[in-house]
Amino acid sequence: MLTQISQLVIGLADLCAAFLFMYGLKQMSSPATAPRGIKIAGVGMVAAVAASFLYLFTVEAAARPHMLVNIGLAVAALAIGGAGAWFVGRKVPMTAMPQMVAIYNGLGGGAAGSIAAVELFGARTHGATQLAVTLLGGCIGAVSMSGSVIAWAKLDGVIKKPMRFKGQQFVNAAAMIASIAVAGVIIASGLGVGGLLLPTATWIWLYFACALLFGILMTLPIGGADMPVVISIYNAFTGLAVGLEGFVLQNPALMIAGMVVGAAGLLLTLLMAKAMNRSIANVLFTNFGTPVKTKPGAIKGTERPVDASDAAIKMRYATSVIIVPGYGLAAAHAQQKLYEFVKLLLAAKVSVKFAIHPVAGRMPGQMDVLLAEAGVPYDMIFQLDDINDDFATTDVALVIGANDVVNPAARTDKSSPIFGMPILNADKAHQVYVVKRGQGKGYSGIVNALFYSPNCEMVYGDAQAVLIKMIEAVRGLGAAAA
Amino acid sequence: MTFAIDMTGFVALYVFMLAAFAGWVIIGNVPAILHTPLMSGSNFVHGIVVVGGLFTLFNASTPLEQGIGFFAVLLGAGNAAGGYAVTDRMLGMFKTSDAKPEHAHGHHHGRVHHLKKKS
Repeated sequence: MLTQISQLVIGLADLCAAFLFMYGLKQMSSPATAPRGIKIAGVGMVAAVAASFLYLFTVEAAARPHMLVNIGLAVAALAIGGAGAWFVGRKVPMTAMPQMVAIYNGLGGGAAGSIAAVELFGARTHGATQLAVTLLGGCIGAVSMSGSVIAWAKLDGVIKKPMRFKGQQFVNAAAMIASIAVAGVIIASGLGVGGLLLPTATWIWLYFACALLFGILMTLPIGGADMPVVISIYNAFTGLAVGLEGFVLQNPALMIAGMVVGAAGLLLTLLMAKAMNRSIANVLFTNFGTPVKTKPGAIKGTERPVDASDAAIKMRYATSVIIVPGYGLAAAHAQQKLYEFVKLLLAAKVSVKFAIHPVAGRMPGQMDVLLAEAGVPYDMIFQLDDINDDFATTDVALVIGANDVVNPAARTDKSSPIFGMPILNADKAHQVYVVKRGQGKGYSGIVNALFYSPNCEMVYGDAQAVLIKMIEAVRGLGAAAA
Repeated sequence: MTFAIDMTGFVALYVFMLAAFAGWVIIGNVPAILHTPLMSGSNFVHGIVVVGGLFTLFNASTPLEQGIGFFAVLLGAGNAAGGYAVTDRMLGMFKTSDAKPEHAHGHHHGRVHHLKKKS
């Protein structure tokens, strides 16, 4: 009786959770309703976790004597994991969000992999299908865990350079084939085939070792510029792993939540890859991010420097300004100063818009969050497709900390590695100012034709220092007029 | 009467198919401006794996199973709590011009509306 009531309550709580997750994500279709959306999803999570303590009334006979210990372990794990992550999540700076998301992917993947491991070690799965799904979910979870740790290390600057060696793809392929082979052995053992050289438990350890190794090997050679795609892929992987383990545990809430996230991750991965004009296979299996040497003679003209205050005054008397921020802005911690400058322009009746490229920042949409953090209202922020036609009728385009995403070579130069990538048409504005540290190249090491075009002038210096000068220049004007 | 869930073969595939489709449609409607909170939010959603972790931990009967089960709940709880914390924080940052009257210029209730008016 108690078992049935528990099953009923858990079933209902999980059903509610699955609905609330989807409803919450649906609320994210507008910035106005999105804050409510995550709270709704949060209610679902709390309900599902609370109800899952009723599993205690349904446990297997073998686990009954361990019940008190298991409850203690569960409470401790929830408290330590939950409180620790909550504390870090409340503190982490917005610039570190990509690392954080990578870590959460890794945590989820690791949890899914662990569930698979317990099921396998306890020999709880029956039949080839169940075993295969458990193994697949476990593998994807483990790959997502170790790969996410490497992605975190790269984004956090612990690993500075992509690590590549000759024949790497063969080693990766070998690790993958080994995983599949070991999976085959485990399934055979599960079906009662004897004479498998090693005990099943050893094979299971070996299997997870292969999967973890594969995740590391797969992520190591990927360049820093490709990290937005990689994070999205691991997001999808973890979702998929959770969904598959949900099937193994016969828990539809896990299946639905996992698959929804898997689809979401896949969609974001495709969007990112499209914004970089590359296929997913290209990101994973080729070595992009290595500096490309362009012939110096290919671009005519010179970079012409201009004083920050002159540029500022020109913008003050312009009718319309579009600002193209890139990761360099965040790296210089200059978002606040930028918005301060924008407020001065708005006060002078200048129309100001922000143009965001899909791959601005280190993960999808990061630049939008950084601007929102600085206080920029979201109705001033426009995405590539919505704003690209406006540049031609705009007086000034101000490019800060962005480079490749405004390189017109992507439209015209077939030899350029970024040819075909959608770019922001900043070069079509009447006047372009580029705020840049020095005459160096961008993140990807590609020469930017925009810097040499006749309507472009360069403001050299640290973004924050430049913006302080710009603010002073415009304020000075106001003081002189008064 | 039993409330145990028994989902096999095609039923499971149908659930997966419908969930993936729903996810694709729901996420496809999220504007690019919210892609970071969307990703951390979907991160939070796969934190539901903690429920699976609890199930395995409660059914653990050997020290190995208990150890791995503990690990699963620890990671899952971190995933869920952290994902929620960062998503909630980020979404709280998005404000409209209307909310700040000192530099409101017109009434923009939506980006598309605003764009059409200007172009």
